[in-house]
Amino acid sequence: MKWRFAFLAAAISSAALADEVQVAVAANFTAPSKLIAADFEKDTGHKAALSFGATSKFYAQIRNGAPFEVLLAADDETPARLEREGAAVPGSRFTYATGRLVLWSAKPGFVDDKGEVLRKGDYRHLAIANPKLAPYGAAAVEVLAGLKLIDALQPRFVQAENIAQAHQFVASGNAELGFVALSQVMKDGRLGEGSTWIVPASLHQPIRQDAVLLDKGRSRPGAEAWLKYLRGDKAKAVIKSFGYEI
Amino acid sequence: MLTAADLAAVWLTLRLAAITTLLLLLIGTPVAWWLSRTRSWWKGPVGAVVALPIVLPPTVIGFYLLLLLGPNGPVGRFTEWAGIGLLPFSFWGLVVASVFYSMPFVVQPLQNAFEAVGERPLEAAATLRAAPLDAFFSVALPLAKPGFVTAAILGFAHTVGEFGVVLMIGGNIPDKTRVVSVLIYDHVEALEYAQAHWLAGGMLAFSFAVLLALYTLNPAARRGR
Repeated sequence: MKWRFAFLAAAISSAALADEVQVAVAANFTAPSKLIAADFEKDTGHKAALSFGATSKFYAQIRNGAPFEVLLAADDETPARLEREGAAVPGSRFTYATGRLVLWSAKPGFVDDKGEVLRKGDYRHLAIANPKLAPYGAAAVEVLAGLKLIDALQPRFVQAENIAQAHQFVASGNAELGFVALSQVMKDGRLGEGSTWIVPASLHQPIRQDAVLLDKGRSRPGAEAWLKYLRGDKAKAVIKSFGYEI
Repeated sequence: MLTAADLAAVWLTLRLAAITTLLLLLIGTPVAWWLSRTRSWWKGPVGAVVALPIVLPPTVIGFYLLLLLGPNGPVGRFTEWAGIGLLPFSFWGLVVASVFYSMPFVVQPLQNAFEAVGERPLEAAATLRAAPLDAFFSVALPLAKPGFVTAAILGFAHTVGEFGVVLMIGGNIPDKTRVVSVLIYDHVEALEYAQAHWLAGGMLAFSFAVLLALYTLNPAARRGR
């Protein structure tokens, strides 16, 4: 009998040790989150099950009972809203990454490193993410408004539903250039192919991406471990290598 | 209530669906006629290509159209060479995509209708010295009329309901490519659920009314053809 209890206790404690956490991840953070999840599993024994998608879609799903325990959002507004509405644990929010906006073309030498190409206007289509839906799109509009180019360039806008599609419009050459996330054009810690203007951070409000512990993750060891791990040095190094700031 | 932007999207959607349906009837009739009459080896492959949009996810079609019609794609190179420019992000680009995407919904009812007409009325017409073209217009077409009604309604309704393809090659431009389904998606994503309901509810009512009309008024559709 005693032996059986010991077995049971061991089973319970090992379950507590190796927990699985359900994480909703903003699409632009897909690649870094996969690397972090692999390290997380190795270092802590917990497993992170990642779902990728649009933050606004996750919001609707979480409000309708989705089983996510942690949200890594593409903005700071959605986590705050979930907290206000009682769907997230108060005080658990923090900024895990700050996004950088770039003007990018798939053609080498097309975009100069000051963004003068915007004024020269030798292009038909400028891809941006829908500013109503995507923080990177809103930042792009803010930059163009600041440069007093918005009225002149609006007729050339092609809007993508999210930043991944904006990247696709430019990568396929259908739009000569577009505003995308720096994380999308970084390859192995350096700028990848094409030509890029890294938009000075002073030209737009910071694109803060916040993480939050959701109601379903409350006092779950896996969820808490994941959030702690995300703030650790190892995760931070990964996040920085993709061009985010912390 | 519906805003000016919503109404613009509704008008654009109706225009797109009307033009697409018209083009599809023009292109689909000879294709369906050929498919219903031929004994050629090509019948299988051509029928399969026409039916592709039924089984492919719209994102796949949209993605390949984006590459095909883009500046590095063969069709894009041709349209640029011909002075038409590039088709993605334009109204006519959506028309081209919709014609391909809604093709099976027009061709298949027509093909069934032509097959149901059979050889005999045409043979009879031939014995009365009607030329093949004359027989087609004065015998086959009137007999296949229910098929045309079904084809036109399905082609129109399916184009109105198109979403994934437009999302991929449209670029969400007001008055050019921002159709109702895309606008509904925008409203939902922006958490403007009230505005989304007006459009989405309207779409639901429209689709139901169209299909109801189709199934009650058209005997051919009622027989499941």
